[in-house]
Amino acid sequence: MTTSLPFRAGLLSLVILAIFLGAWHIATAGSTPIANIDPEYAKLLGQTATQGKSAMPGPLDVGRALWTHLRDPFYDRGTNDKGIGVQIAWSVARVAAGYGLAILVALPLGFVIGMSALISRALDPFIQIMKPISPLAWMPLALYTIKDSGLSAIFVIFICSLWPMLINTAFGVASVRREWLNVARTLEVGPLRKAFTVILPAAAPTILTGMRISIGIAWLVIVAAEMLVGGTGIGYFVWNEWNNLSITNVIIAILVIGVVGMALDLVLSRLTRLVSYPE
Amino acid sequence: MSERFISIEGIARAYPAADGLPIAVFEDLWFSIRRGEFVCAIGHSGCGKTTVLNILAGLDEPSTGVVVVDGKGIEGPSLDRAVIFQSHALLPWKTVLGNVAYAVKSRWPNWSADKIKAHAEKALGVVGLSGAEFKKPAELSGGMKQRVGIARALSIEPKILLMDEPFSALDALTRGTLQDEVRRICRDTSQTVFMITHDVDEAIYLADKIVLMTNGPGAQIAEIVDNPLPIDRARTEVHKHPDYYAVRNHIVDFLVSRSKNFAEEQAARVAGGLPRNNRHPPVVRPLAAPALMPAATRAAS
Ligand SMILES: Nc1ncnc2c1ncn2[C@@H]1O[C@H](COP(=O)(O)OP(=O)(O)OP(=O)(O)O)[C@@H](O)[C@H]1O
Ligand SMILES: [Mg+2]
Repeated sequence: MTTSLPFRAGLLSLVILAIFLGAWHIATAGSTPIANIDPEYAKLLGQTATQGKSAMPGPLDVGRALWTHLRDPFYDRGTNDKGIGVQIAWSVARVAAGYGLAILVALPLGFVIGMSALISRALDPFIQIMKPISPLAWMPLALYTIKDSGLSAIFVIFICSLWPMLINTAFGVASVRREWLNVARTLEVGPLRKAFTVILPAAAPTILTGMRISIGIAWLVIVAAEMLVGGTGIGYFVWNEWNNLSITNVIIAILVIGVVGMALDLVLSRLTRLVSYPE
Repeated sequence: MSERFISIEGIARAYPAADGLPIAVFEDLWFSIRRGEFVCAIGHSGCGKTTVLNILAGLDEPSTGVVVVDGKGIEGPSLDRAVIFQSHALLPWKTVLGNVAYAVKSRWPNWSADKIKAHAEKALGVVGLSGAEFKKPAELSGGMKQRVGIARALSIEPKILLMDEPFSALDALTRGTLQDEVRRICRDTSQTVFMITHDVDEAIYLADKIVLMTNGPGAQIAEIVDNPLPIDRARTEVHKHPDYYAVRNHIVDFLVSRSKNFAEEQAARVAGGLPRNNRHPPVVRPLAAPALMPAATRAAS
């Protein structure tokens, strides 16, 4: 009764985490060695089979490895040995580039679509067909035309970020309340000033919601895209560690991807709240 | 007396009905407003009052007919005609001051920020909102929002003020004060006003002429009531004037019964040899007894 809801919720979260980590630890800890086995065969199989030790790292292994990664996240020792911070920075930079380009295209185009019923109807079939295409399906085409794997990844991010922003901007602009536009009309506000002082603030929450959806999709897609194009980035890191059979590093990468994705979403949700207005 | 500052000439407005055929909300409306005159329109909900006001504002266009203001046909909205909207229409992301300042800046784009702010604050002071400048519209009561709308309209010093039920959301006390305030400002500045209201007493207190509209669809101007009360009237005193009940009863009687059955009344009148001319709706000046008939009908100008 005396403790607040956030406090109790936080406590419960910690309990759930503890249970999860405990279960993980028990599930991956070694059991009794399997006795009756041909020693030659045991050698081939390795520890996993012979000592009952799971190939799956336990939480302590992951914690230790995470600590080494976090102590030195930005080292760079050649193509296949870069700090996890460097890899994340590559991924974030690609997302930023593709996402930024998408903003530059989606906002003005969305404005035009939202303002003109004609253009809206004319472009609608194209948008409806393009929207459901998996962004990775563009990859071969991008690699073929752009001939640069890094730029192709950026293009894929661009194309997947574009649609939610475009559709939300058009919708937000088209559904600006008539009475607000009428205020601008009776005050003889010019078209450009009207766009910036009435339509943009009125549509901003809807636009930002689209941008938030876009950043989520972009972050989902960058991992897959980098697995395909290789070289750098957190997606490539995951693939590389899988090839090294380092499940520990794969788990760490998964964790980091989740944390960064959450941070990106948090930024956009803050921005959305900033431009929201109660009616 | 015959000067027509605003002249509404045979306007009609039709909307497509469910069956696709256009159906006229009102048709063949004619009336005029002199410079400095305060005209109220009264009629039941849905008879097209807001539509008429929007046409005067230039936000809507009549299906037929024209509106001439100061010798020129209306072509779209203008800063000379300020609108107080029925739904406040404040920009919710701007503060109270921001909303008024936006209008001031639109009117005088070259003014300095300080001058705009000072002017907007003055307008807010007039409607008694000093101290609420930095609130957002969502934090205001309905009455306060409406007052911001009034301040915004007054701040741009328009030639014509168009008000759509500006006092309907206010409590009796605030409404009274604001009515006084608006009436004083309009008289001091010889403001030309077209106002919609549902409140008969408000119309009698404020208006020089009261336009009575019949029910829609196909609404018409039944008649124009010439307010017999003296120009110098105090809100608290109007009901003591000998002619007050004559006017009031005439309007209430219209709203309660005549507005519905106006077509029959009209037919009876025509049958009685009194043809109707929509161009000149009858002007009525209800007076107290001894004039037994409350209506002294004469032809409109
Ligand atoms: N966009 C529209 N499409 C179809 N019909 C409309 C449209 N706008 C208004 N109308 C109709 O026109 C009529 C008049 O509307 P208006 O808003 O002018 O009424 P009003 O007299 O101001 O009513 P109130 O007193 O309730 O404000 C209504 O019957 C309404 O249904
Ligand atoms: Mg109305």
